[in-house]
Amino acid sequence: MSSLASEILQELESLKSEKTKIEQKISQLESQLKDINLPKQHASSASAASSNGSSSPYPTNGLEPHMIHRYSRHLVLPSFGVQGQANLLKSSILVVGAGGLGAPALLYFAASGVGKLGIVDHDKVELSNMHRQIIHTEAYIGQPKVKSAAAACRAVNSSVEVVEHEEALRTSNALEIFSKYDIIVDATDNAPTRYLISDCCVVLGKPLVSGAAVGLEGQLTIYNHNGGPCYRCLFPTPPPRSACQSCADNGVLGVVPGIIGCLQALEAIKIAAAVGEPLSGRMLLFDALSSRIRVVKIRGRSMHCEACGDNARFNKQYFREFDYEKFTQTPLRVPPLKLNLLPSESRISSMEYKEITLNKEPHVLVDVRPAHHFKIVSLPNSLNIPFSTLESRLPEISSILKKDEEEEKGAVSESSAQLYVVCRRGNDSQRAVQYLHKMGFTSAKDIVGGLESWAQNVDPNFPTY
Amino acid sequence: MQLTLEFGGGLELLCDSKKIHNVNVEFEQQNKEDKLTMKGLLSWVRTNLIKERPEMFMKGDTVRPGVLVLVNDCDWELSGQLSTTLEEKDVVVFISTLHGG
Repeated sequence: MSSLASEILQELESLKSEKTKIEQKISQLESQLKDINLPKQHASSASAASSNGSSSPYPTNGLEPHMIHRYSRHLVLPSFGVQGQANLLKSSILVVGAGGLGAPALLYFAASGVGKLGIVDHDKVELSNMHRQIIHTEAYIGQPKVKSAAAACRAVNSSVEVVEHEEALRTSNALEIFSKYDIIVDATDNAPTRYLISDCCVVLGKPLVSGAAVGLEGQLTIYNHNGGPCYRCLFPTPPPRSACQSCADNGVLGVVPGIIGCLQALEAIKIAAAVGEPLSGRMLLFDALSSRIRVVKIRGRSMHCEACGDNARFNKQYFREFDYEKFTQTPLRVPPLKLNLLPSESRISSMEYKEITLNKEPHVLVDVRPAHHFKIVSLPNSLNIPFSTLESRLPEISSILKKDEEEEKGAVSESSAQLYVVCRRGNDSQRAVQYLHKMGFTSAKDIVGGLESWAQNVDPNFPTY
Repeated sequence: MQLTLEFGGGLELLCDSKKIHNVNVEFEQQNKEDKLTMKGLLSWVRTNLIKERPEMFMKGDTVRPGVLVLVNDCDWELSGQLSTTLEEKDVVVFISTLHGG
């Protein structure tokens, strides 16, 4: 039975990979075909126009006939109209981050006819992105986000110039990239990059449309625009790293960054088209769970700001040399935190733990993840004691260990039950073991790398999240 | 003094995961005209509402870096930060800035 199942699994795998390859080939060919067809279409419409003696027989304020049709609903909007659309067509917008915020923003920028659209990202599309990063499709899993996002934008509107910046944003490349665009959209996911982007916008005098979303909340404002503050005016001192939540660790409801990303698109389009009242000097706070949106007044530009104040230190040179990782105590590329708190004799690998279960060695496995994580998936016979409740549940651990020992006494072995601790990635398990050692459970050990290591090294069928 | 206090951006986790707190803050008046200031309110909040990790809410006698304070939907920078005086039924929002996306 199980060999049949594994055969089927294998065949499924190979079919899937074939399917991905075919889909990639299709999208490649489609984009190639588009590249061949497009210049011709443009050329033919242009030559038709020129054969009439002028760019168009009718006065259209510089809009080509196909544009009038495509953007008709913008053009008939009194507060936007031909002037707004013409401004937009001439504008250039850079989106940093093709993730949950960038995905809808990019689609709207492409659809609405932004002249030049830049995308910066260095990540690859992952299955766990799909619930919120709606610009990417399954066929692009494993491929660069920039490629995937650019293809989607081109598919929506082939007349937009889409520029791919497939690289991580750094002080060494930011000035050069940003200088090619009128408006910058911050759709990133970490504190150091947010400071870097804001400072670069100040140095180059560009408006910054900044959005953020975690869990069920979002925030939105425009920095460095119309006398409003920059990011540093508002947050001169970076927050402690422990206060920075990430979508990977804290979760995020997919539609929440979608809403904030759409609002970022709206604000950037307003600036580009020169219509309306931009969200500068104000901040929008969105609470999805209670359906509350609050727009608050924030401080203006600070005279004492290190980036944009009257005696600011920031110029191109100072920016290039600024160490954002040191400033925020956070690495720019946000690798998952890897603690190393315990001596090696207090740790075992996931493979060693597998041996222990195979040999039926007496032991207790405590899983210290939060209860809602434990519900997703867990190892058999593990006991969930969330790290935050460990202190109050120590007696429970003692009594289980004792019980196991008593059961064991009847048997041949005289060794007492071992205590092992596991978590998602192997950080909290170390903190827990450290605490357990202090409280007298001196033989407690943690499983290095947690459940992720179990999935990677012992059982690839164990689901990770 | 009746106040509405709101916590967001993760700060609610420090006070039993409850975002909105309608509270009655009692404070000692030296003179009759004395009003509750934000400085007084912060120490009241720390004592009465913050249940864990107070360092995630305060640093010294003010809020930690990365926390925005809004008094009646207005940045407290514009009303005098710690010396902002509060009136009956004011709404004070503490919100931690988000970085994710």
